Formats: sequence, C-alpha cells, structure tokens
Amino acid sequence: MKQPVLISNMEEFMEGVWKQNPVFVMVLGMCPTLAVTVSTLNALSMGLATAFVLIASCGLVSLLRKVIPKEVRIATYILIIATFVTAVDYAIQAISLALYDALGAFIQLIVVNCIILGRAEAHASKNPPLPAMINAAGMSAGFTIGLLALGTVREILGAGTLLGFSLFGPQFQPWVIMLLPPGGFFVLGGWLLLFAWYEKRKQGRLGGEVQHV
Amino acid sequence: MIRTLGLISALCGLIIVGAYQGTLDAVAANKRIALERSVFKVMPAAKSIAEFVATPDGKVAELNGNSPAGAQRFFAAYGADGKLLGVAAEGSAKGYADSVRIMFGYDPEGKHITGIGVVAMRETPGIGDKIITDAAFLANFEALDAKLNADLSALANEIRTVKHGTKKDAWQIDAISGATITSRAVGKAINDAAQTLLPKLVPNLETLRKPA
Repeated sequence: MKQPVLISNMEEFMEGVWKQNPVFVMVLGMCPTLAVTVSTLNALSMGLATAFVLIASCGLVSLLRKVIPKEVRIATYILIIATFVTAVDYAIQAISLALYDALGAFIQLIVVNCIILGRAEAHASKNPPLPAMINAAGMSAGFTIGLLALGTVREILGAGTLLGFSLFGPQFQPWVIMLLPPGGFFVLGGWLLLFAWYEKRKQGRLGGEVQHV
Repeated sequence: MIRTLGLISALCGLIIVGAYQGTLDAVAANKRIALERSVFKVMPAAKSIAEFVATPDGKVAELNGNSPAGAQRFFAAYGADGKLLGVAAEGSAKGYADSVRIMFGYDPEGKHITGIGVVAMRETPGIGDKIITDAAFLANFEALDAKLNADLSALANEIRTVKHGTKKDAWQIDAISGATITSRAVGKAINDAAQTLLPKLVPNLETLRKPA
C-alpha cells in the first residue's frame, strides 16, 4: 500500500518543478520574476519567501477547506496569504535590512502573486493538507529554480559576479543593461525559447504532432 | 458564515501578532546597526554616537523614546575623549527613480559638510549609483561650505549642484556627467536638511557637548 502513495507524492512534487513549472511553463508570477532577479541572492531569497507563503497558506487553506464558505473563499484565501506575507515581511527585516531594501515592495506584493492564489483555489481547496503542501512545495521549488535561472544569468552578465564573488576580474566590462528591466525580458525570453525548443523536440521524438502556437 | 470568517480573521491576526512580537527585537537591532553604520561612515573618527532631535520651535534635545511630531532627528558623534566631533543628519530628495536618502556629516568647528553616505536609493545601476563610487564627486563633500548667514536663520549660501565642470564656489557640488539628476538630488537633499536643521542646531551646540 505504501509504494503507490510514495510515487504519487513524488509526482505531486515534480508537477510544479517540471511539468507545470510556474515560470517557464505556466508563465505565472512574472512581476517578481522580472523585478527582483538582478542577483542570485535576491532571486534565492525571493524564492524562499514565496515558498514559505505558498506552503503555509496552502496548508492552512487545505485544513480549513471544509469550513470556508464557498461564496467568500477568494477573500478568505487572500486574508490567509496576506497573513503569511506579513510574517515573512517581518522575518526578512529581522534577518537582513539590506536584503529587505533590495527586495523592496515585492515582498508585500507576494500577496497578489497569482501562483499562490492559483494553487489555493485550484489545488489546496480540493485536497487534504499533506498533498496540498507537497504540491505547493513542488511549485515553490519550480518558482525558485525559475528565479535562480534568471538571477544567475543576469548577475553574471550584468555585474560579472556570482553571489557577490567576482568571476572575470576587474577588466570585465559588465553589461549593465542586464540589470535593468530590459535585461530581465531578454533573459526570460531566452529561457522560454530554450524550454519551448526542448518541448518541441521531445514531442517530435515521440512522434506526436507538433503544436504551433 | 460570519462566525467562520471571524474565526479565520482572528487566527490570522494571532499569526501576525506572533510574527511581529517574535521579530521586534531583531528588527529594531538591525535598524539601529544600519543607521549607526551610516553615521560612522560619514564620521569615521567617531567612537560613540548619541541621537538627538531638533524640534520646530528651535530646541535641541536628546532623543528618548519616540521623537515628537515634526522633529528632525540627527546624531552627534563623539571621539574617544568624549569631545564632540560633529553631527550626522539624514536628508532625502527625489532622484531619477525614487527618493535618494543620504546621510551627511557636519563639522560645527569648520562649519562645513565633511562627507556623505547613501542610506537608500533605487537609482540606475552603473549610472546613478556613481554617487557612491565616483571619487571626484565624493571629493565635493570633503569641505562643502555650510555657513549660516548673520542672523543664523538659513544657510549663507544655498548648497547647489552645478553642471559638471562649472563648480566655482565652496558651496557648490560638481555634478557627475551623465548622472546629473541623481547628483542634483544629493545636493537638494543636503540643502533641504541643512536649511532646516542647522539654524536650530548651531545656537544649541552646547547641548550636544557631553558633560565631562
């Protein structure tokens, strides 16, 4: 009996990491994705903050799914999400003010991150707490990987550093544009292209019809 | 339905209060460290600092607890022997992207600004953030004139940022070429803060000197 549950938990987790990756497949939560990924550290912190909010709020929504009145469920989800965002906001201030300044308004804006509300509505409100939290953890991991993919590339090209350590020495002239908003779009576009190309190739190999979008 | 919503709200309130209480000390300590670090940056010789407020009625008092409404906060920096070295205050002005908040040091003996440090800003990387790194720009603030006029009501000469290469007087700031808006914000931030603070501060300098 144990084996199938384990597999389904793993599948539940991998759903968000790969098949339904919020950044590269569903293209959700673009606002923090583009705005805070100027460095690897910012991207990682944002990913972790979102992960905490996502897992905690999905757990609570799932626990309360039978008591929450259907008519006001969205308002209730927002209330629960906002609560955890406030907690994260205080926690980041306590850990590092420099980080808090770097992430700026985007910590509070986790409230309106559509990944979280989407997970609460589409998954947590219909499933028991454990699968809901595993699914949320997978989505968080997928989101964090997405942010890191952007943050690392932008930091390396835009500042010539990785996690603050200089990579190319002082003669490297950084591409400042990568740290500016256009750079975010360039890098995101590059990653999306890579993902789309990979998916297309995989479909071609399986003999399936290639979809044109 | 109302009862359920009330219950959920109460639960959420409880979580928020818990998080606030749990992090309060760490957040306050962090803010103090960040502020002290920026004070020590403009007053490198300082060994200890004390926080003061200048109230709108022209008085200066040491800060205890919350600052009164409309009061301007500043820091007095002391050397190892307890001698008053100078004063550090914060100013802010609108820059290119958002307000630029800077801390500046003021030397009451020489009646001039001694240095600046950036507290917070969101200026364009590689352009506006030159105000932190550009040595020629920072040299403007090593002895930026901030004398008061004869009746101590305002600065004798308004501190202004001028176009790159046109600085003539000791109260002018030579802008960074290509980052004029951010440079101007720095000048305005210092001028605004100095215009309101110094007329209250200078007649009350004795209050700042520590009783030996």
